[in-house]
Amino acid sequence: MKYVLLFGGTMEPEERAKNPEMAAAYERITKWFDDYGRAGKIVSGQELQGTQTATTVRFKDGKPMVVDGPFIEAKEVIGGFAVLDVADLDEALEIAKTWPGQTSVEVRPIVDNPPS
Amino acid sequence: MARPDQRRSPADCRQSAELSETRSAADAAVVAVFREEAGRLTGALMRMLGDFDLAEEVVQDSIVAALEKWPSQGIPDKPGAWLMTTAKRRAIDILRRDQRHQEKIALLERSIVPSEPVEADDRLRLIFTCCHPALAQEAQVALTLRAVAGFTTPEIAAAFLVTEATMAQRIVRAKRKIVAAHIPYRMPKENEIAGRLDAVLAVLYLMFNEGYLSRGTQVAMRRDLAEDAIWLTRLVAQLMPDQPEAIGLVALMQLHLARARARFDESGEMVLLPEQDRKLWDQAGIAGGIKLLESAGAMRAPGPYQLQAAIAALHSEARSWAETDWHQIVLLYDALLRWSDSPVIRLNRAVAVSHFEGPEIALGEVNDLAIALSEYHLFHSTRAELLDQVGEPALAREARLRALDLCQNPAERSLLERKLKS
Repeated sequence: MKYVLLFGGTMEPEERAKNPEMAAAYERITKWFDDYGRAGKIVSGQELQGTQTATTVRFKDGKPMVVDGPFIEAKEVIGGFAVLDVADLDEALEIAKTWPGQTSVEVRPIVDNPPS
Repeated sequence: MARPDQRRSPADCRQSAELSETRSAADAAVVAVFREEAGRLTGALMRMLGDFDLAEEVVQDSIVAALEKWPSQGIPDKPGAWLMTTAKRRAIDILRRDQRHQEKIALLERSIVPSEPVEADDRLRLIFTCCHPALAQEAQVALTLRAVAGFTTPEIAAAFLVTEATMAQRIVRAKRKIVAAHIPYRMPKENEIAGRLDAVLAVLYLMFNEGYLSRGTQVAMRRDLAEDAIWLTRLVAQLMPDQPEAIGLVALMQLHLARARARFDESGEMVLLPEQDRKLWDQAGIAGGIKLLESAGAMRAPGPYQLQAAIAALHSEARSWAETDWHQIVLLYDALLRWSDSPVIRLNRAVAVSHFEGPEIALGEVNDLAIALSEYHLFHSTRAELLDQVGEPALAREARLRALDLCQNPAERSLLERKLKS
């Protein structure tokens, strides 16, 4: 069963340079990805750049429109994701609970399309 | 245990007096069958089909079918086998719609044994799945009542005063999540047990309180939520005999129910603990609750439910309100606060303090909770009592009016109105 973990909050290089605590957390996150990656639990994952770099394509009357900014204006932004391959939700939650980023983690199952 | 009709709120007391005859032996027998069989059947079908949604659905269908047929035809000799056969037929009907399910159909048709012996922990596994923390608590309550205790959706809706459609949607959503997100059907691991059991007990206590405190429904019901909650908690305590908090919760519920007969007078008006006729208390029930509490205490792992049961036990043992061991109760509340500091516990502690150290000190402690509990009717009614005691009738009246504003329960409202008139 595959799940995506969506991590709240970003840790941009400039912020990390100013904030040693964040820099330390960033290192723990790198190790966290390595450990679960080696164990075969994390299939893939990426860190995202800040929402100030986001561009959204909206559709108005079927026509695409390019707009500056993120998809949804929310207090909590998604800063990265990881794709897990684990037995069930409990195992996914167990991994999510060890997230060293000190931000929220949303756990979402991936749609499992039956072979057609 | 007191008869359910004696614990109803005044609003439905008159109605339920005549209806209590119909909620009679026949209903009680049917309810007993559902309680005994629903969880076992769901567990057995779950193992056979590996599909929580389907297993739970067809057991529900068999219960609905039984409610249609049994009143006229009588309860069959082997009600469990009847329910299992009906559930299986229904499952086969549903599975036939899809070619890929041939194997499962064959499995259902082959297993002639109606309800094969089920491991004791099968129902426990079911309870832990229904009370999984990934589900909203209100959905946990509803699922547990349906899958483990054999409630129908309309019964749950009536107990929680929501429409049937709302409740049905809540249940469907939760079941879809169990399947789609792969919430596992298994016992929690050793290191998770404590936390997961806490969640189960919280659901059961919420169920009990809903049944016991807010009997505001207008219809007499076949099922009694408080009694089903204590039945479920006993089941958990029995299946997890090394968990003193589960036993503590059974003791707590039992001590409440043992005193339930005194909670309403002949005219259906609510009577608070200080004015209750203690002769109406069920002494055997109290003794049983205390014995349970002692057996939990012997395991030397105290917890919030055992502490609350100990407080209830002290009230139950006291010959009168004045002779209550208030000092001990204050100490127990202190211990409870160390487990979880909550303004409601502080409010209850303050009532004990008023008897032990006087209403002035208690009033000070209650006033400190004004912000946290401004929307809680019992905060204002407790404050009103204390203001009366320190000779501030005008302020007491104001607080009581505020309590009345916030209070939904008809029995409690009627009590406040009487006090405002006196």
